Amino acid sequence: MSKKQALGNQALESQGARPFIELRALTHAYALEGGGEVRALQGIDLTIERGEFVALVGPNGSGKSTLVRHLNGLLLPTSGQVWVDGLLTAHPSSLWKIRERVGMVFQNPENQFVASTVEEDVAFGPENLGLPPDELRRRVDDALKLVGLTEYATHPPHMLSGGQKQRTAIAGALATRPACIILDEPTSMLDPLGRRRTLETLRSLNQDQGITILLVTQSMDEATAAERMLVMVRGRVVSDGTPAEVFGQGQRLREWGLGLPSALEIADRLRERGLNLPAGLLTVEQLASALC
Amino acid sequence: MSLLLPGMHVAGGTPLHRLDPRVKMGASLLLMVLPFVAPSLPSNLLLAGFVVALAILSAVPLMALVRTLRVVVWTGIFMFVFRLFTTPGTPLLTVGGISVTLQGLGAGAVQIYRLCLLVVVSSLLTYTTSPAQLAHGVEAVLEPLARLGLPVREFAMVLTIALRFVPTLFEEIEKIVKAQEARGALIRTGPLWKRVPGWVPVFVPLFVSAFRRAEDLATAMEARGFRSAHQRTHLYRLHLTRHDLAASLLILALGAVILFVEWRMG
Ligand SMILES: Nc1ncnc2c1ncn2[C@@H]1O[C@H](COP(=O)(O)OP(=O)(O)OP(=O)(O)O)[C@@H](O)[C@H]1O
Ligand SMILES: [Mg+2]
Repeated sequence: MSKKQALGNQALESQGARPFIELRALTHAYALEGGGEVRALQGIDLTIERGEFVALVGPNGSGKSTLVRHLNGLLLPTSGQVWVDGLLTAHPSSLWKIRERVGMVFQNPENQFVASTVEEDVAFGPENLGLPPDELRRRVDDALKLVGLTEYATHPPHMLSGGQKQRTAIAGALATRPACIILDEPTSMLDPLGRRRTLETLRSLNQDQGITILLVTQSMDEATAAERMLVMVRGRVVSDGTPAEVFGQGQRLREWGLGLPSALEIADRLRERGLNLPAGLLTVEQLASALC
Repeated sequence: MSLLLPGMHVAGGTPLHRLDPRVKMGASLLLMVLPFVAPSLPSNLLLAGFVVALAILSAVPLMALVRTLRVVVWTGIFMFVFRLFTTPGTPLLTVGGISVTLQGLGAGAVQIYRLCLLVVVSSLLTYTTSPAQLAHGVEAVLEPLARLGLPVREFAMVLTIALRFVPTLFEEIEKIVKAQEARGALIRTGPLWKRVPGWVPVFVPLFVSAFRRAEDLATAMEARGFRSAHQRTHLYRLHLTRHDLAASLLILALGAVILFVEWRMG
């Protein structure tokens, strides 16, 4: 049996039974121009199930962006494998199916806006699938409704706030009807309101539509919104658990160069002042209800 | 909105906004060419009147139109002066062997009129037509060339993206200019010979960021499943309505009347 056939059979067997995303011993090395290389990912084994809401955190340069770009084949493994919905990213013919099932939103809201109005931008993905105009219209309208931008359909990008542009990008990802959306620091260039709206949108997509979310973020407060949290340091996943478990590791967090969610920090200071508070208050809501 | 540049279209519901982009592009072309084939005064009064009527119909903000015209003011003055001195005819005034002629005055005025017409007509086109519609129209008009193997769809895609980034680049220029002025650079004030070097530190960061944008955009397009312009479909379908037919007939009638007038006037 040829290698290609073997891979194909493996894909058939695995459908359904296997996790939605599966990384096996994934490494990635960037070749440097003057010779040499940067080993950005150093052997990652990881699975993500359908319907999960996962936050990925880690210091600058730890390999978060490199990791997520493997999940829709923007980057291909130096060694190891990436399986998405039973398809191997290294298989050229799988690439377009994978990109239909895994949407991606990037950091800069301005630079991922392809078209000159909201609705045309949202249509870009499904247009690439060659869908007929009626179907495009339906998908655009549905996606805009899910992110709450229906009234902005004909607005040009320069008349939108950063948060609205990011939600347009989310709608653009939704329009191909993906099972999973990956966001690489989508809120880092937004104001507080834009951040809150974007996060609310993600939460409702996860809860109401069952869409798998992988959120790369620098904000520990945002990470507490997830049900599972991954910490990356120097190309490795060093911690994987619920936010409560991860933030419960005190000293190690400091070694990794990570901060604490603001609620946790406030609770710590209040305890220093002699207040009796329970452990594991991750969100401001939890803190508030413990105090009142 | 300060200028009527391509990409700075404003959605609206006027009859001009609703016309098919192909009809609008054809009509604009005709309106820009007519003054060259029809030099007589009556034809041009008719033409100018027609364009003014279109401007009113499009509800274009007058101030924006005036500001857009101001952009070509220097070009206009240059063309006027050039014509003034180079057209042979009855001298009105002679300075050092070069004379201003009566015919030169007329020819200069005609140049300015043509330039204004060009700017107003193209402004109206971009004001009433979204960049996507423009690009789609260009693609439809050039479709026959695609059959000869020319990359028409790719060209339309490039045009769409270029038009999309016009406002972004203008915002960026504005931002950089302000930053440089805050450091004391003379860019928008001061004598011309001091202003020109002031623009260098504006364009360098502009290019750097444009390359960054291009790279990000290419990644985002790839992530959204872009392969080639070929198997793509369009959200908008172009179809000619009765409205478009009527507009086409009207503009053709105008052309016919003007040609008739020219013919009668010899
Ligand atoms: N195109 C590239 N060429 C060479 N090295 C690269 C390239 N992209 C990233 N790297 C290097 O790979 C490592 C991981 O980078 P990556 O962008 O994945 O980190 P990150 O966790 O996303 O960081 P940040 O928080 O800054 O976004 C870094 O050391 C970075 O310098
Ligand atoms: Mg990154």
